[in-house]
Amino acid sequence: MDVLKGKAWCFGDHVDTDQIIPAERLVAENLDHLNEFIFEKVRPGMAQAVQKGDIIVAGRNFGCGSSREHAPRSLLQAGISCVVAESFARIFFRNSLNVGLLLIECSADVSEGDLLEVRPKEGKLINLSNGMEFDFQQYPEFISELVSSGGLLELIREGRF
Amino acid sequence: MDRGKTIAEKILSAKSGVDAYSGQIVKANVDYVMVNDVTGPIAFREFEGLSMEPQKDKIVLIPDHYVPNKDVASAEQAKEMREFARRWQIANYFEVGRSGVCHQLMIDEGFAAPGRLIVGADSHTCTYGGLGAFSTGVGSTEAAAVFATGRLWFKVPESIKVELTGSFRKGVGGKDLAIRMITDIGVDGATYKAIEFSGEGLASISVSDRLTVANMAIEAGGKAGIFPCDELTEEYIKDRVRGKYERYYADEDAEYCQMLHYDLGEIEPMVAFPHLPENGRPVREADVAIDQAWLGSCTNGRIEDLRIAAEVIKGRKVHPNVRFIVVPASMTVYRQALDEGLISLFIEAGAFVSGPTCGACLGGHMGILAAGERCVASTNRNFIGRMGHKDSEVYLAGPAVVAASAVAGRIITPDNLEEI
Ligand code: SF4
Repeated sequence: MDVLKGKAWCFGDHVDTDQIIPAERLVAENLDHLNEFIFEKVRPGMAQAVQKGDIIVAGRNFGCGSSREHAPRSLLQAGISCVVAESFARIFFRNSLNVGLLLIECSADVSEGDLLEVRPKEGKLINLSNGMEFDFQQYPEFISELVSSGGLLELIREGRF
Repeated sequence: MDRGKTIAEKILSAKSGVDAYSGQIVKANVDYVMVNDVTGPIAFREFEGLSMEPQKDKIVLIPDHYVPNKDVASAEQAKEMREFARRWQIANYFEVGRSGVCHQLMIDEGFAAPGRLIVGADSHTCTYGGLGAFSTGVGSTEAAAVFATGRLWFKVPESIKVELTGSFRKGVGGKDLAIRMITDIGVDGATYKAIEFSGEGLASISVSDRLTVANMAIEAGGKAGIFPCDELTEEYIKDRVRGKYERYYADEDAEYCQMLHYDLGEIEPMVAFPHLPENGRPVREADVAIDQAWLGSCTNGRIEDLRIAAEVIKGRKVHPNVRFIVVPASMTVYRQALDEGLISLFIEAGAFVSGPTCGACLGGHMGILAAGERCVASTNRNFIGRMGHKDSEVYLAGPAVVAASAVAGRIITPDNLEEI
């Protein structure tokens, strides 16, 4: 996976899926433009301001709440390249693996708008704005393979699941 | 390995054919996979892209979130599910009028049973742990994978053991225990873990209350919340369950990552303040005026919950400033409430009673809140904007407190209602 660079959007603990994308947007006709609604209740305007490659940085339990896969999909569609959080909620974590959103479990010193560089292969996060570096763990083997194959359905297509 | 197993380890071992312990990743055979009208459309699209035959008998399709259709968009979405069911001749599709909130329907229709491994593209799939199943929420893509293969991968979770003693006092129930526990361990206190309940206190907890507690395991981040099957479970499922099922019990020497203990007699009526289920406080400390009281959902929309609320509201009137909305969780529950005279009792008190739907529980329809409004709800989430406007507030409580609050116009226990 290549080196990523993007601007940070900072959040606190327990960012739930209703905040990421509200339930009333979860209709089939929105599936191709979910990005328009991200964080609309808690950070109005963010959906329009997000730039391709931007990175979300959060505290504990990011993505808690509903099983809606719309949540990681909406972030991907918005151009978010990865989410860095101290921990992730379980279903959000699994969903992200399958839709191809990179998640990094790491507690990092980052302020809103900082420029970040992520080196997935080295397990390094660098805050270019304050010069600090942070290490993170790679995914375990089974999960790395799942991700590098393009998600569970790809494994099934190839007859490997 | 030379140690005993938890219920989660036993079910996942049986379903994967591997002698599995926590931490291992296994591929397991799933008994049923459920999707609803919100998560279904993505699953259908992903599945169609695989060009495979579906595992028809394992698939359960339940429209509940935005039905009866709220608007054109939700009508199109519900139609997608109906058409998928027809195209693949999936028998387990439940149309409006023969349906209900997905988790209650999974129970009413006998899909949920002890020892089964069930996944659902809905986070509250963990509800069936109340019957002794290992059931957990997954995403739409994973549901599509199960449509195609009947299998899914699982990381076998560590388990937290919750030892229960004593019995609930009158007016206290599963919801109060759930809020107490989530408040103690936090909304991520059980992330990636199963919560296993045990102890002599189990015998006094009704199956309906167990389902409420298991339902809210996810509100502590849990993968599952599991009650061992006992006589009460067998009695509860005997007229509903489809097919055979196995019972699994934890070994004496099973290993747990954490132990908790609750004396049920010490649990008080609880209410979770906005905007997280971990913000629980005893109801006696609450001083909150409300605009709406909402009784229903997969957490507390069962006949037992309606009976508790009806008992409280009998002979009383809903407060003039309050809308009391009662939503039985399934048509079966609705019919039963009708037969028992509960529906007319609610109506006489001034409540609005609707047919089953998720409705306002997720901010869908039928009871959405305006800016600044407060609702006490028997649901499971009080996140920002969960039932409507971002500046509205949801307070979570059990059916007795919801009904008493509807009468009082503020959050209160039935005991204190006498003083009004
Ligand atoms: S009743 Fe509420 S919590 Fe339960 S499935 Fe429906 S929306 Fe989800």
